Amino acid sequence: MAENLTLGRQPRRLGLVSRRGMRAMAREMLAGYGLSIDVERDLGSYSVAVQQIVAIARAVHLSGKVLILDEPTASLDAREVALLFDVVRNLRERGLGIVFVSHFLDQVFAISDRITVLRNGRLIATTEAAHLDRVQLINLMLGRELEQATAHGQGGRAAGGEMLRVEGLGRRGKVAPFDMTVRSGEVIGMAGLLGSGRTETAEVLFGATGADSGTVRDEKGRIDLSSPARAISAGFGFAPEDRKTDGIIGDLTLRENIALALQAHRGWARPIPRAEQRRLAEDYVRRLDIRTPGAEKPVGLLSGGNQQKVILARWLAMNPRFLILDEPTRGIDVGAHAEVLRLINEMVASGMSLLVISSELEELVAVSDRVIVVRDRRHVAQLTGHEITTDAIVRAIAAPERDTEAAE
Amino acid sequence: MNGFGLLRRVAPQLLTLAAVLVLVTLFFPSFPSVSFGGDRLVGSPIDVLKRGAPVALLAIGMTLVIATRGIDLSVGAIMAICGAVAAFAVTGGWGLGVAVALALATGLICGLWNGFLVAVLGIQPIVATLILMVAGRGIAQLVTEGKILTFSDAGFAYLGSGAFLGLPVPAWAWILAGILTGLVVRRTALGLLIESVGVNLRASRLAGVNSTVLLLTVYMISGLCAAVAGLIVAGDIKGADANNAGLWLELDAILAVAIGGTSLLGGRFSILASLIGAMIIQSINTGILLAGFPPEFNLVIKAILVLLILTLQSPRLGAVAAGLLSRRRRADEAGAAPRSVQEAGQ
Repeated sequence: MAENLTLGRQPRRLGLVSRRGMRAMAREMLAGYGLSIDVERDLGSYSVAVQQIVAIARAVHLSGKVLILDEPTASLDAREVALLFDVVRNLRERGLGIVFVSHFLDQVFAISDRITVLRNGRLIATTEAAHLDRVQLINLMLGRELEQATAHGQGGRAAGGEMLRVEGLGRRGKVAPFDMTVRSGEVIGMAGLLGSGRTETAEVLFGATGADSGTVRDEKGRIDLSSPARAISAGFGFAPEDRKTDGIIGDLTLRENIALALQAHRGWARPIPRAEQRRLAEDYVRRLDIRTPGAEKPVGLLSGGNQQKVILARWLAMNPRFLILDEPTRGIDVGAHAEVLRLINEMVASGMSLLVISSELEELVAVSDRVIVVRDRRHVAQLTGHEITTDAIVRAIAAPERDTEAAE
Repeated sequence: MNGFGLLRRVAPQLLTLAAVLVLVTLFFPSFPSVSFGGDRLVGSPIDVLKRGAPVALLAIGMTLVIATRGIDLSVGAIMAICGAVAAFAVTGGWGLGVAVALALATGLICGLWNGFLVAVLGIQPIVATLILMVAGRGIAQLVTEGKILTFSDAGFAYLGSGAFLGLPVPAWAWILAGILTGLVVRRTALGLLIESVGVNLRASRLAGVNSTVLLLTVYMISGLCAAVAGLIVAGDIKGADANNAGLWLELDAILAVAIGGTSLLGGRFSILASLIGAMIIQSINTGILLAGFPPEFNLVIKAILVLLILTLQSPRLGAVAAGLLSRRRRADEAGAAPRSVQEAGQ
């Protein structure tokens, strides 16, 4: 912690780094941020929110006039965002100019005095935040009228028969044993705070984390989920939360990224001919409207939304029966967001079953037939049909016995 | 990759090789001459093809290992073990076929061991292969009982110093091994999966790539290449020298891969470029000897040349060069285009 804060400017004594001076300097830098933390501990042992604040403290100490925050809240949960915003407001009172770059519209409205909209590398508008409402802002961002993507869209969807039955599946220290059924052609939403066991559930279901209890069966019997490759053979797919580290193969081309899962499934000895790969890639570029100069572009160079579509294309090419989407719309712009939701509806209409994990409750309400609520690594509630409202989900996440804590 | 793409990929290596050859010829004018002497071609270029065989063979396997973001430090030691095993077998009168088969099997087992440490136990490759690098020479010494195990088997010697259709057998060995491996990795999906694992192991696993089998495979290929190199070296000197066979060659092989432009961080790889890299190194080695510098200068000259090559190929320098070029181009355009447009473009 202290090393992070003072790196490059460590106080010295007799030409050597003075650890005591360093600690004092670090404490002084952190004063006024409302953190009571031990500067001796490793920075990595603190939450991402604290890490963000430490990064801010360092940046403020370095110049202290203008602070640019690029998506500072992308991996924070609601309470951490509030903590961060207190710090930011505090800095504003101190006279700092702050540029807050974000795609979270609520947060933009919560914190900004003025809003600047950029689109395709161009300045579109700069206005006082008070003069702008959400719909106007989105219109500026998209340059077109936004179709009501978040309308509750699955009214007439008829889920088929039971496809998968999960019984007592769990892994000690990751997620408590849970039961779950999956019908064909339905969307199961999963809500919960960060670290509540949502991603862990997905990883256990996909074999990325070995389960130490429980079974998954389909109509043919028990399914082997001991590795992702086995899960894929059983018709599962998983688009992970952290695209950069778990999803895309950045240096490989869009074509190779899309073909990868299919190729891995066929085995190395049965290569997909290049022409076939290209056809596959071009097909999905068109169907998912992936914005790219071509199928040979390294995926790492595409934007987040397009990377997400590439990963969706990778799984669509496999035609799985059960696809897990972990935060499918995190970190992507509003336009891509609406398209991903449209794709979810399309996939389900074709008979695929989806497990959608998301922190955006409106999104879950819009797409889900059922919503499972996860808290403290347990599946605590299930909402169906008309019970699915953001209010109900929030109430389920904030358990009765924890009301007092949640009220903070 | 089509023919043009391939050519563009290896162009820096080809240019470097040409530059080295020209440089050597300046110091030793008769370097490029090749004549036909009895059953084979003779001359310095043929000598480069032959002497470069061990490093070229190692570079094939090393390229695949490095593409998975690994490294194999043990190949020199594996050469010593396999040479010793083969020499032990022929001196024991088991025949050349058995000797070669045993040596190749030993190479595969050594590779399997490395792969097991890396892929199953998850030990970092540099540490995992360091174990066999150190222990391997000890194993080889146990096989040879501490002495240089000499033999007089003509067939075995042919592997190291014979000629086939005018070219030395070692040259055939690396050329064929290179073509074979190149075809296998590019005509199957092995190359794509190796690159995918090298770029992002976790994401590849989540996409269903069986990374364990893949890593085992590349280390076994590396062990097999080392075994062939060990056979050639032992055949050439008609003996297995546990202490010196393949000594430090793992470093030359890594260098060949680096000169070949494959990143040590894994990902995209080119076997052809690595092979050209191996030939660049051998041309430098042979060139320094021929040019008649006192031998004590050899390593320093080699180091300077390698430093020069890697500096010229460094991405930073490339970016600077590209920046200079585009600045000049922009300056050229500035005469024609209005200035405000120029600034908007930046």
